[in-house]
Amino acid sequence: MYNKRLDGRKADELRTIKARVGIVKRADGSAMFQIGKTIALAAVYGPRQLHPKFLQNPKMGLLRCNYNMMSFSGSGERVRPGTSRRSKEISYVTEGALAPVLDLEEYPNTVVDVFIEILQSDSGTRCAGICAASMALADAGLKMKDLVSAVAVGRIDGKLVVDLTKEEEDYDGEVADIAIAITPRTGEITLLQMDGFANKEELAKSFENAKEACKKIWEVQKKALKEKYT
Amino acid sequence: MGSPEKGTKGEIHMNIIKKHVYSLIEKEERLDGRKLEEFRKDISIEYDISPNSAEGSARVKIGETEVIAGIKFDVIKPYPDDPDKGTIIAGVELLPLSSPDFENGPPNIKAVELARAVVDRGLRESQAIDFKSLCIKKEEKAWAILIDVYSINDAGNLADAIGLAALAAVKDAKFPKYDEKKEKIDYEKKGTKKISIKEIPIPITVIKIKDKILVDPLLEEEECADARLTVTTLESGRVCALQKGGNVSLTPEETIKMIDLAIKKGKELRKLLK
Amino acid sequence: MGKLLVNERDIVVPGEEVAEGMDYLPSLGTYRDKETLVSSQFGFVNISGRLVKVIPLSGRYNPRRDDIVIGRVADMTFSNWFVDVDYATEAVLSSKETGEYVQRGTDLSQIYGIGDYIIARVMGVSRQKAIDLSMRGPGLRKITTGRIIKVDSVKVPRIIGKEGSMISLIKEKTGCRIMVGQNGKVWIQGDDLKKERIAVEAINMINEKSFVNGLTEKIKEFLEKELKDVQ
Repeated sequence: MYNKRLDGRKADELRTIKARVGIVKRADGSAMFQIGKTIALAAVYGPRQLHPKFLQNPKMGLLRCNYNMMSFSGSGERVRPGTSRRSKEISYVTEGALAPVLDLEEYPNTVVDVFIEILQSDSGTRCAGICAASMALADAGLKMKDLVSAVAVGRIDGKLVVDLTKEEEDYDGEVADIAIAITPRTGEITLLQMDGFANKEELAKSFENAKEACKKIWEVQKKALKEKYT
Repeated sequence: MGSPEKGTKGEIHMNIIKKHVYSLIEKEERLDGRKLEEFRKDISIEYDISPNSAEGSARVKIGETEVIAGIKFDVIKPYPDDPDKGTIIAGVELLPLSSPDFENGPPNIKAVELARAVVDRGLRESQAIDFKSLCIKKEEKAWAILIDVYSINDAGNLADAIGLAALAAVKDAKFPKYDEKKEKIDYEKKGTKKISIKEIPIPITVIKIKDKILVDPLLEEEECADARLTVTTLESGRVCALQKGGNVSLTPEETIKMIDLAIKKGKELRKLLK
Repeated sequence: MGKLLVNERDIVVPGEEVAEGMDYLPSLGTYRDKETLVSSQFGFVNISGRLVKVIPLSGRYNPRRDDIVIGRVADMTFSNWFVDVDYATEAVLSSKETGEYVQRGTDLSQIYGIGDYIIARVMGVSRQKAIDLSMRGPGLRKITTGRIIKVDSVKVPRIIGKEGSMISLIKEKTGCRIMVGQNGKVWIQGDDLKKERIAVEAINMINEKSFVNGLTEKIKEFLEKELKDVQ
């Protein structure tokens, strides 16, 4: 039975979070989000011209995300540079996580590019990337209904926890690893992915846990944004 | 000032901006008030910025320009003509995150040139690294040092920032443990052994605009450059690598002047790596 | 009963609640969600009567009719120029809109070449954000000297100041000629290089610190301090 967490945290306790806005001067918006040892950088460019032309939508702008791990960002072997199936999938679900809050109707035929780079990884990189990206989009002055906060929650043996580390993901027991992104004000879910098994009750409780955790993350995101102008 | 424009593309065809840079350079003036031979004042090197994943890492800032470099290791079979030596493999990525001018996709020729001319050639030809010390077992196993450098913000003179960051990351790096029995690297155990460095080769890029030469160019100055020369020097002042760029020729006299300036500036920047 | 949840000039982020109840009305940068007014923009709060606005602190240029902009000629055809005005798509300047008679078959590059900067007026913006420019009007022309810098287009009102007070201050103190385009491009030309650089720095300062109170005074102090060494 997994009673005490490997790093001594309480079940609902997040790792230490740091965030900063405006880290890439040339971008329209940018942010860094660090949770535990995981560090994500994000930069936003746009709305700008979209090529190829057939992708253009005359009704609204397009959101395009690109997630990438730096070659030295893993604790094991060097990560091969370039697009992998994994990074493609994460880029795609990141778009899905951010698009619901973004209003690009004023920018037909254009694109907003979001580039996410993982500098150091210890699980939860897609969630950290989404947190950084939503701050960068706000920093770019785009119209948004809400920010997006994201965290991994799950179950290790019988215990429900938030913000799993790599060690916990690899725990020798039954693990459910659920990545969730939430619009913090209204509590709506914009990203949901799970590896492992869980029953309905465990999922319902995990969503509750994620919502609470995302409120805490939201506070850090808000603070970092406001710090840019104080 | 000369700070690049937020979000907008670097303007290749910008008649009056070029005209302005030219008219300043003629009077030996620059957009941000520096002298021709002067680097931006705020240069910083920060080590171990990815402590939990990279075996070595560093961040270099020159003004608003920022790059980061990280080191990983691999164990390879030595090349037959160098059976007792390890090697380095260098990569540079000009991230689309760092400038609206950079596009997504495999490294373009600019990135490839930087990787080969600034990182690889500087470190290899200078014999900066004791390649023999990278040998694990002659003819069978040797360490390869994998150096990757990424641009984070391009505000001019990425080349020198990339060169410095690669060096700083190599200096910072510690070998992981190699498990002889399993014949693989054991990343769980962080090592303490550092890479044996014999020399610190400093690359300095000198650009030529009209008949003037200058260092540490801003983006607008890079746009106006007729020619560029990256000169890598050792502590003794000896030159260990050269790379000319641009579509304009240089006279031997000019080239020597540019090398002179690079030697002088190399000495200054060397202090930062101590 | 309505209740404000923020103060004038507070910095808020998207999703932050700014007022409760039906007494307050959403405006630029805010929206209503049932009984609550919510910010849809990262910016500062501006309350005028019952209207609650959030003024953005960053963002791309959003073209509007009659804006005076500084653009760069990016391309041309037989009858049109395509001008980069810092919007996602290029604006179109027809040869009929140069303000002077252009004979058919004239090589347009003789008038404005690629890479030239022009001061132009936005004649119209379509729903799909196609932008038409015109050169008819006072002060609209090609720029041939000086330098161009870029500021956030949302900060342009601050750089100009109330009834042009801020920009007049900089012009007067530095002796530079300055023209601020609504798209965030600023043209500056001074006879003295140092003074020109001080003008550039002052404008950059306003761009960075646009939300600060008493900015005009701070800029005045900055200019006086910097210019003392120059004269």
